[in-house]
Amino acid sequence: MARITLDKLGHSYMENPVADADWALKQVDITWDDGGAYALLGPSGCGKTTLLNIISGLLRPSQGRVLFDDDDVTALSPDQRHIAQVFQFPVVYDTMTVYENLAFPLRNRGVDSATTDKRVREIAEFIDMTHRLDDRAKGLTADGKQKISLGRGLVRTDVNVIMFDEPLTVIDPHLKWELRSKLKELHQRVGRTMIYVTHDQTEALTFADKVVVMNEGEVVQIGTPVDLFERPQHTFVGHFIGSPGMNVLPCTVDGGKVYLGGNQIAVANDAAQGGGTAEIGVRPEFVSFADNGLPATVVKVSDAGRHKIVETRCADQTLRMLISEGVEIPADGVKLAFDTANTRLYTDGWLAGSRSAGGEGR
Amino acid sequence: MNKTVNQKAWLFVLPVFILVAFNAVIPLMTVVNYSVQETFGDNTFFWSGVLWFTEILQSERFHDSLGRQMIFTFSILAIEVPLGVAIALTMPRKGAWVPVCLVLMALPLLIPWNVVGAMWNIFALPDIGLLGYGLNAMGFDYNFTRQIGDAWFTLILMDVWHWTSLVVLLAYAGLVSIPDAYYQAAKIDGAGAFAIFRYIQLPKMKRVLTIAVLLRFMDSFMVYTEAVVLTGGGPGNSTTLLSIDLVKIALGQFDLGPAAAMSIIYFLIILALSWVFYTLMMRNEES
Amino acid sequence: MKRTAIVPALYIVFLMLPIYWLVSMSFKTTNEILGGFSLYPRDFTLENYIVIFTDPVWYTGYLNSMAYVSLNTVLSVACALPAAYAFSRYRFIGDKHLFFWLLTNRMAPPAVFALPFFQLYSAVGLFDTHIAVALSHTLFNIPLAVWILEGFMSGVPKELDETAYVDGHSFWSFFLKIFIPTIAAGIGVACFFCFMFSWVELLLAKTLTAVEAKPIAATMTRTASTSGYELGLLAAAGTLTIVPGAFVIYFVRNYIAKGFALGRV
Repeated sequence: MARITLDKLGHSYMENPVADADWALKQVDITWDDGGAYALLGPSGCGKTTLLNIISGLLRPSQGRVLFDDDDVTALSPDQRHIAQVFQFPVVYDTMTVYENLAFPLRNRGVDSATTDKRVREIAEFIDMTHRLDDRAKGLTADGKQKISLGRGLVRTDVNVIMFDEPLTVIDPHLKWELRSKLKELHQRVGRTMIYVTHDQTEALTFADKVVVMNEGEVVQIGTPVDLFERPQHTFVGHFIGSPGMNVLPCTVDGGKVYLGGNQIAVANDAAQGGGTAEIGVRPEFVSFADNGLPATVVKVSDAGRHKIVETRCADQTLRMLISEGVEIPADGVKLAFDTANTRLYTDGWLAGSRSAGGEGR
Repeated sequence: MNKTVNQKAWLFVLPVFILVAFNAVIPLMTVVNYSVQETFGDNTFFWSGVLWFTEILQSERFHDSLGRQMIFTFSILAIEVPLGVAIALTMPRKGAWVPVCLVLMALPLLIPWNVVGAMWNIFALPDIGLLGYGLNAMGFDYNFTRQIGDAWFTLILMDVWHWTSLVVLLAYAGLVSIPDAYYQAAKIDGAGAFAIFRYIQLPKMKRVLTIAVLLRFMDSFMVYTEAVVLTGGGPGNSTTLLSIDLVKIALGQFDLGPAAAMSIIYFLIILALSWVFYTLMMRNEES
Repeated sequence: MKRTAIVPALYIVFLMLPIYWLVSMSFKTTNEILGGFSLYPRDFTLENYIVIFTDPVWYTGYLNSMAYVSLNTVLSVACALPAAYAFSRYRFIGDKHLFFWLLTNRMAPPAVFALPFFQLYSAVGLFDTHIAVALSHTLFNIPLAVWILEGFMSGVPKELDETAYVDGHSFWSFFLKIFIPTIAAGIGVACFFCFMFSWVELLLAKTLTAVEAKPIAATMTRTASTSGYELGLLAAAGTLTIVPGAFVIYFVRNYIAKGFALGRV
């Protein structure tokens, strides 16, 4: 059990990184509290697996330190760090039974057989595998194998953190949901720190208390699912999370006022500090039809169950809005209004006035 | 994979069937035919029943060459399989050197068998060969053409030289097909080098190792050219393996009947032993 | 990991020693060879190679070997392809028995078949032709090719076939345009093995030829036995027989590790 601190962590797969792009992981500073459920979310190649492998000790970072509580573990090997990991593709020891698989980490550490037996049965109960203890692990389905991988992590009492690397990739869709809720339930029962790496926002947002969003080797925001949705710190977060993602509209700033196609737009944050490229970020949920507002034309309407997604052209840009099923779409001369509290100005991608790259974005 | 029943598939197999039948069935019939007849060399044949079979099975000569064959085959299996696995395990998984190593290792496999024999003959000559001269210079009294022990040593060393690479290549192929995640999981689970070998590498290599053992078994049981060129079966008959003896009888003495009977017995032994090997190694797989 | 690399390194040195000795001897004069032990050619000569490249007895042997080996490789793999497909995709009467019967032929010692082959190919008038050797080598190469290709094909999901049919491909257009490229690695490995076993086999090749189709390796043994001990010449010829093999390995080097796993691991 430990608090995990990543201190100025950076990694490059090259011998002599020069350009910014040579770094798979730019500077990362994060603190994860003991017992939390965290998710690392980002598109493929954003550096999340690299980060995970550094925490587990499979990879030595080019720079920076990893601390478990106050101990520097940067130089320790995976087995010395007391961590557990569930991989993308299920890893089970084919020739062993389910029981032997679960007992393996304990036997390797010389735990006596009575304790091993007790732990194995306890964990088998947790992961609903008691009835299959004597079966060969080879014959299990993919979700069964992932449960065994997880069980091998849970069976040890000294585990600091359990990490999941896209664990649902090979699971059938109808079992994904089941296994996901099982994980959530397990986290509440065992109270261990868990870090869940995924590119799927649904998985991240349902599993984690706090989500770390990464892009191009950088942490762009750390926050609760609500934070990420309502207060994106970066246009990437706004766009990546939510379906459809946030509208990001290039605009102009003049004298502390924000203009979109000649119309002034009220924004929630401080526009005075603007500089560089300016964009307005507003989620489709916070755009509505109004009597007075921005003139727009409706391009396409698609039905998404209880909502309709309306694609419009507004100030020569594509703008999507989400409206409830019952709302009428005006025939002509459509005017749009943005909910001021949820409309923000972003400069160079970051939320204007709160530049906090990689920091605790609250 | 669940296959569909389709009798037309026979058409696909037909070319193979015809070719192999032409090559296997007709000669085999000839052999069977000879094996039950007696001839006095003027193309007249007499029915002799199982005479040749009983004669061969009771002859000391056959027992001796079969015994030598067994010793040879099991020695080279006992050396080549563990050695090949050990080399494959110590090979780096990636790097610029790997293809170079693999190409060099595969080289002996592609040398015609009589050249292998000739090469080792030249290499082992006590007076002008590197191996023979070297061993004698180190104080060993080595002469593979005169001393039985030396002849066997050279024969086995040659086979190890010639064929261990096949085991290495197959085992290595099995090893590189293991995903990294297995090694990482084992590391996290605190498994030592032996546990990794026993529970990850060996199970994953099992299929290719089965192929390797089967191929090595069959081929070593059929070894002919290299051994003949190297030692000619000598000194005396000390390295006369089954196939050498067979060719001596068939082509040397032109004793068609006994040679044919011996061929059949020989073939059946290989078949039976291959089957035993295969079932033994696959038994765990099934359960 | 670095330290253990010494094992493969030593093994490669062991592999190279006899080859070095053969190559070094091929550059020695007969006098130097018979004169006593020398670690490298003191009296460097190309004489042995010149003899081989100018004497038709030698170089036609080379061409003969190439001819029947290529013929055999093409024949074996071409016949094995549809058969392997049938074994990997369909069930039909006698399939298992047939497959096993094919494999048993891989276990047939050439020594057993030498004499009957001689009589068979003489009877059909193919004795001393490239075709005879190529055909006789299919005895062990076809089973091997079927076995290897079946392994690779079983690794290709059946959905590929079905998708192609849905897309309107006929069987042969699917087989030639889609399936064969998919298992190209497998075909490469099968060709490699067929080449290898046909190139190195000598007992049958020697039995089935006299003059017209005599393989290089057979020329070697006959020279060795008739014209006394011309070791230098023998070594040069031996060295030259290694060259085609080395070329073939070089071309398949990228398939070696993965391909040897025979597709099913």
